[in-house]
Amino acid sequence: MNLSITVNGHAHTVDVDPTTPLLYVLSDELALRGPKFGCGLGQCGCCTVIARGPRAIRSCITPVQTMNGEDITTLEGLGTIEKPHPIQKAFIDEQAMQCGFCLSGVMLTAKIALDRNPRATDAQLRQALSTVLCRCGAHTRMMKAIKRYQQEVRA
Amino acid sequence: MNRRDFLKSSGALVVSFSSMASVADVLAQAPQPGRFDGPGTPELDAWVAIAADGNVTAYTGKVELGHGLYTSQTQLVAEELCVPLARVKLIQGDTAVAPDQGTTSGSQSHPVNFNESGLAGACATARQALLQMASQRLGVPASLLHVDDGIISGAGRGSLTYAELVGGKKFNLTVDPNAKRKPASEWKILGTSVPRLDIPALATGQFEFVHNVRVPGMLHGRVVRPPEVGATLVRVDESSVSRLPGFVRVVVKKNFVGIVAEKPWQATQMASALKAEWAKGGGLQPQATFYDSLRGQTQSRDVMTVNSKDVDAQIAKASKIVKATYRYPYQMHGAIGTSCAVADVRGGKATIWSATQSVYPTRNTAAMLLGMRPDDVHVIFTMGAGCYGLNGADTVSYDAALMSQAVGRPVRVQLSRKDEMAWENYGTSYVIDQRIAVEGSGADATIIAWDYEGWTPGLGGRPGYTNPGNVITGFLAGAEPAPFAARAATDPNNYANNLNIAPSYVTGTVNGRSGGTGTVRSERVLTHNLRSPFWTGPLRSPERLQNTFAHESIMDEVAAAIAADPVAFRLKHLRDPRLIAVVKAAADAAKWDARPSPQRTIRKSGVVRGRGFSCVLYEGNNGYSAMVADVEVDQDAGKVIVRRFVVAQDCGPISNPDGLKNQLEGGVLQGMSRALTEEVTWDAAKITSIDWRTYPPLYVGAELPVIESVLVNRPDQRATGAGETAITLVAGAIGNAIFDATGARIREAPFTTGRIKAALAART
Repeated sequence: MNLSITVNGHAHTVDVDPTTPLLYVLSDELALRGPKFGCGLGQCGCCTVIARGPRAIRSCITPVQTMNGEDITTLEGLGTIEKPHPIQKAFIDEQAMQCGFCLSGVMLTAKIALDRNPRATDAQLRQALSTVLCRCGAHTRMMKAIKRYQQEVRA
Repeated sequence: MNRRDFLKSSGALVVSFSSMASVADVLAQAPQPGRFDGPGTPELDAWVAIAADGNVTAYTGKVELGHGLYTSQTQLVAEELCVPLARVKLIQGDTAVAPDQGTTSGSQSHPVNFNESGLAGACATARQALLQMASQRLGVPASLLHVDDGIISGAGRGSLTYAELVGGKKFNLTVDPNAKRKPASEWKILGTSVPRLDIPALATGQFEFVHNVRVPGMLHGRVVRPPEVGATLVRVDESSVSRLPGFVRVVVKKNFVGIVAEKPWQATQMASALKAEWAKGGGLQPQATFYDSLRGQTQSRDVMTVNSKDVDAQIAKASKIVKATYRYPYQMHGAIGTSCAVADVRGGKATIWSATQSVYPTRNTAAMLLGMRPDDVHVIFTMGAGCYGLNGADTVSYDAALMSQAVGRPVRVQLSRKDEMAWENYGTSYVIDQRIAVEGSGADATIIAWDYEGWTPGLGGRPGYTNPGNVITGFLAGAEPAPFAARAATDPNNYANNLNIAPSYVTGTVNGRSGGTGTVRSERVLTHNLRSPFWTGPLRSPERLQNTFAHESIMDEVAAAIAADPVAFRLKHLRDPRLIAVVKAAADAAKWDARPSPQRTIRKSGVVRGRGFSCVLYEGNNGYSAMVADVEVDQDAGKVIVRRFVVAQDCGPISNPDGLKNQLEGGVLQGMSRALTEEVTWDAAKITSIDWRTYPPLYVGAELPVIESVLVNRPDQRATGAGETAITLVAGAIGNAIFDATGARIREAPFTTGRIKAALAART
């Protein structure tokens, strides 16, 4: 079945089983590196992309057929090494990671929470990140980077 | 390998693998490593190359696991060779080009590659050689030459670049074990907080993990593991999946079952749909009685770490005896990205892209499973999700290799969350009895005897160079785990405390020589190593963490029993100056209030606060650390919230201060997750902790403590391990803080709501 999605500003038509999770299309058909398979159950956030609204979506449990015609942004769609997005720059400046596998979940979830509510309280940010996982224990650095981005959004 | 095993399955295509390469073949090519360090190589050109443009390429066997080693090793090379970071290219973990340094594990990368041996020794040799060449060509003694940015100059006789001296050519030298390292006082790059070189690519989604490796013509595999522990394959009904779109093949080897399809989603669906019949396993000991059952096992390999042979006599005459039993569960690495590998096995050659910690051992053991020679297998390290020990990286490398060999095309395999969690090599569980004898009272009270007896199960472990059966895929495919041999304890010949089985507070006296760090002369430390029903293997601070939890908890219990301040009481029984220094550094930084635990007055409900202490000399000689935890306990909810950790660390000369801080913070939070919520669970037949609901971790949105790191830099000392010390202390520090706050002692990890409530209810 042919489906159309726009990813990071580029239009794609993919011919896949419509029940295929969006993540598999992004990583295997389009060879993107940002969204990752962590659990396949929507429990960790590694597969997070931005779409619909915009919201932070867990692409590992989102059938691609429900995304036909959607505009999707992945971690690599935010910025580049030369010109990182402010939240990416905040994470680089704070050295807020160890292995970095979880970053789609942490950064994109925090970005959406703050873009929607730049005055989000710490409790609200924690709620937004309550099912976003980092196994390396970079949590405190990540929260610092997120707060740094919040300063920028509010300014 | 019994060929009849292949015939068990019917209906499926049974791939007739050539029999496994003989152990002798593999041994012929296997070095004999001490611990997990490979032999490296004496050939300088295998470590360092100067290109025609003067840029430096260095080769290392110690790889990036998310802990910053790629960056710190690049700093080391740049420092020793006096070039900017940007002129260094580091190649890590590739059996075609990098030296065999065994396994990146056990807090060994810093001591092995940052002292006089390994990568540091090679770089120091290269600088020495370049200086000698320049000295001859310029006619100036090497001692008068100056090196900067790859240019050697001096005494007004001009200058020569590395490119002019040896660019594009080999050194043809052996590594000089006496080559002089640059002293830490002259460092400009090493010892500074160079930002991680890989972080910009990680933060922008550009970084290539092993999960992102794509090879032309690549297929996708999934494994189908047994439904129960010990279940064996009876038959596979290939027709249950063979008509599905994208089907390529069902691959069976003894009890190993894999499915290969054109696309990953197809393989995932086929793995669920495949009809396979399995004979039941032997069943599992109920979890509720598991710890007690360990004591009753008769087949045991007993190890005596120290035995002064007067412990019973000392205990008999002691004025006070403090006894307690501590329990620590099986825990998981729980890699955040399930393990993944890509293999291309064709035409008698194999290439495996793997996140293994051990490219050479994985090469040799994969060769055994494939029936190939190690020289025909090429393993390329490609980073995986954060690795805290023996996760699924090795086993999935075998999965991909077996499936690729069967279909003759490259195959990528990524495990499902359940397959990752139900079959990995867990950090093992422990039951530990501690019995401590005290003499005197009040300020004079002193420990006079320490009696430790521990029971711990194990199965499998690192495959090393010869044991693919030490992880699940190798075992399913027909290799056995390293044999278990029961053995009575014998008296030790020398003191070895690699697993921190002996506490820091005993003298560690063996054959009249004291190898320990403490003052307690009467000491007996006996471990019963038993067979585990589950696979086990090194998980960050393996066994050191479990033992230290028991040591630091009982030390706190003894201090409380005689109403002594826990820090002062520790200091009284320590005599290693560097360990004493970190204990004082942590206590000072935390503004430790010297008084006995628990608090003088304790409310029995509501929220109460307390602080706990713990310390360790990691592995007896590989990193000094001490910690204070400040906690709040909500006694009505049975919940503990850690508000602050202070952690002091001495790992010799610090290679990258911010990198070390990141490691301490990560160790602290991972340790907190393990202390509070993580526990492998099972029912009568199988593992039941199979996802993040059933194995709850510390999410980013959790209530987080403030973490204060105190870095004790020792530029004059040898580099020690740094990544596993802090995590070792967390359970003890939190448990002691809970006691300080509430007067309730929790002796079993993790400190779940149920256990906290039970301990509170047990207060008198």
